[in-house]
Amino acid sequence: MTARDEMAREIRRHERTEATRRTLRRIGVFVVFLVILALAYTGYKAFGQSLDDAQTDWPMIGRVLPRTDDLTMPPVSDIISEFTQPPQRNSDKPLAAFIAEAALFTMREAVLGFAFGVIFGLGIAVVLLRSKWIEQGVTPYLVASQTVPLVAIAPIVIIWGSTSLDWLPFEWTNWMSVSLIAAYLTFFPVAMNGIRGLRSADPAAMELMRSYAATRRQTLVKLQLPASVPYLFAAFKIAATAAIVGAIVGEISGGVRGGLGRLILDFASRYTTGPSRLYATVIGAALLGLIAIGLVTAAEYLVLSKRKEEPLAL
Amino acid sequence: MTEPDRCAVAISNVSKVFNQGKPNEVHAIEDISLSIGEGTFVSLIGPSGCGKSTLLRLIAALTHPTRGDVGVNDKSADQARLDRDYGMAFQTSGLFKWRSVAENVELPLQLMGWSKTDRKARAAEMLDLVKLDEFGDHYPHELSGGMRQRVAIARALSFRPSLLLMDEPFGALDEMTREHMQTELLDIWNKTGKTIVFVTHSIPEAVFLSQRVIVMSPRPGRIASDIRIDLGERSFETREASAFFEKVTEVREALRFEESQP
Repeated sequence: MTARDEMAREIRRHERTEATRRTLRRIGVFVVFLVILALAYTGYKAFGQSLDDAQTDWPMIGRVLPRTDDLTMPPVSDIISEFTQPPQRNSDKPLAAFIAEAALFTMREAVLGFAFGVIFGLGIAVVLLRSKWIEQGVTPYLVASQTVPLVAIAPIVIIWGSTSLDWLPFEWTNWMSVSLIAAYLTFFPVAMNGIRGLRSADPAAMELMRSYAATRRQTLVKLQLPASVPYLFAAFKIAATAAIVGAIVGEISGGVRGGLGRLILDFASRYTTGPSRLYATVIGAALLGLIAIGLVTAAEYLVLSKRKEEPLAL
Repeated sequence: MTEPDRCAVAISNVSKVFNQGKPNEVHAIEDISLSIGEGTFVSLIGPSGCGKSTLLRLIAALTHPTRGDVGVNDKSADQARLDRDYGMAFQTSGLFKWRSVAENVELPLQLMGWSKTDRKARAAEMLDLVKLDEFGDHYPHELSGGMRQRVAIARALSFRPSLLLMDEPFGALDEMTREHMQTELLDIWNKTGKTIVFVTHSIPEAVFLSQRVIVMSPRPGRIASDIRIDLGERSFETREASAFFEKVTEVREALRFEESQP
C-alpha cells in the first residue's frame, strides 16, 4: 500500500467521524429544543393558572391566547405518562403500542404514496424537458392542482379505488387508495425540482453528449438524471413529509381505519375524556415525519458524499 | 514533413452569422476556406472573439454554417459527427463527477454499445496512454486540473476517432503543468497519428505543438496567415531554440498586424 492510499484512507476515516459528530450534534440540538418547548409550554400553563387562581380578569388568556386549564393544555407529565396507559378499558395494551401500529400502517401508505409521487413527478419533469412550450403550458395546471383541497379529492379516490380497480391482478384495498391521495401531494415538488435539476446539466457536458451523437434517451439517463440528483433529494425531503400529511388526511377524509389519521379522529371525538391521548398521538405523527426526513437525509448523504457534492439548501 | 493528399477537414467559403436579422446580429466568421491534411497538427490562434471556437464547433457540427460547406473525412460534418469521426476536449474537462475516472473514459464506449469487458480493457489502455493507469477508481474531485484534462483527452480518444478537436484544453492550467501537458499531447499524437485541430490563445503553445498555425483576425473572423512550422522532433531544447523564437515572433507579428487593421 502506498503512502497516498494510506492518506486517502485517513481522510475518509476523518470525514466519517466528522459526519457522525455532526449527526450527534443535530440530535443533541433537537433534544435541547424539545426540552425548551416543554418548559415554555409548562411555563405558559403555570402563568395562566396562577392568574386564574388569583381570580384576576386577565383579558388575554382564554380570549385571545389559548386557555390553560388541563382540558385545553394537559400537563406535559400527563402527556408523557399517557404513552404507557392503555387507551381502552378492556385491554392493557399501552397507547404507545397503538400509536406505533398506526404509524406503521400510515408509513406503509406514505412510502407507497412517495414512490407513486416520485415516479409520476419524474415522468412529468421528463415530459416538460421536451420543450419550453410544454413547460409553460402545463406548469400553471400543476400549480393549480395543488390548490385543490385534498379533502375534496380523498372520497373520490377511495370510491374510485374500491369500485373501478377490480381488473387488477391483486386486490386493491383502501390503504392503496390513500397512497394515491398522498402521491397527489408528493408528485408536485418532485416534478418542479426535477425539471430544474434536469436542466442543470452543464452545457459543456450537453455539448459533449451531442459530439458523441448520443440519443435523447442516452443524454437523459447518462447525464441529465444524474445531474438532477441533488435537486431531487431536496424535493424528496419535502415530498417525504407531504406523503405523511397526505396519508393522514387521506385516512381521515376517506374513512380508512388502521392508521394515525383514524386514531387522531377517534381521540379527537373523545377529547373531553382524555385530551392527553390526542396530544400523544400528534407527537407520534410528528416523530414519524422526522423519521421520514431522517431516512431521506441519510440516503442523500450516502449518494452525494461519493461525488463530493453539498446537499442543496431547501 | 510532407502532408498527405487526403483531407481530414475541408472548409470552403464558410460564414457564420449569429442572431441573423436581429439587432444583436454578430458576424463571427466570414468566408473562411481551409483544408487540413490527415495526420496534421493544426492550431487556430487569434484574439478573443475571433471565432476560433466557432470554427472548431463548425467542424464538430455542433453548430452549422450560415453559408458554405464543412466536410470531415470526405463527408458532411453532420455525418462525421453521427459516425463518431472525432473526439472533443474542452477547456473545462467536463468530466461527470458521479463517475469514476475509468467510468468517465468508458462513457463514449457505453453510448456506442460496447460490452463491459471491452470497455474496461480500452479504458485501461487509454489511461495508460495518458499515464493515469493507477487512477481509474478515483473520482474527478480527487484529481488535479492537469490530471482531469488528461482524463478528458483519454475519453476523447477512447473510441479511436481519426480526428481530435481541442478547444483551449490547457487554458486553465498553470504554466508548468501546461508545458508538461503539451509534451504529453505531442507524445500521444506521435503514437496515434491523429489529425488534431487545437484552439489556443497562447503563441508559444501553438508554435511548439503545431505543424501549421492558422492566425485569425478579430471579428468577423478571417484567416489572416497560415504559418508552417517545421521544427522537427520537439524536445525540451526546442523551446529554447532560436528557430522556435523566430516562429513565435512570426506568429506574434501576424497577430499584431491583424489587430492594427481597421
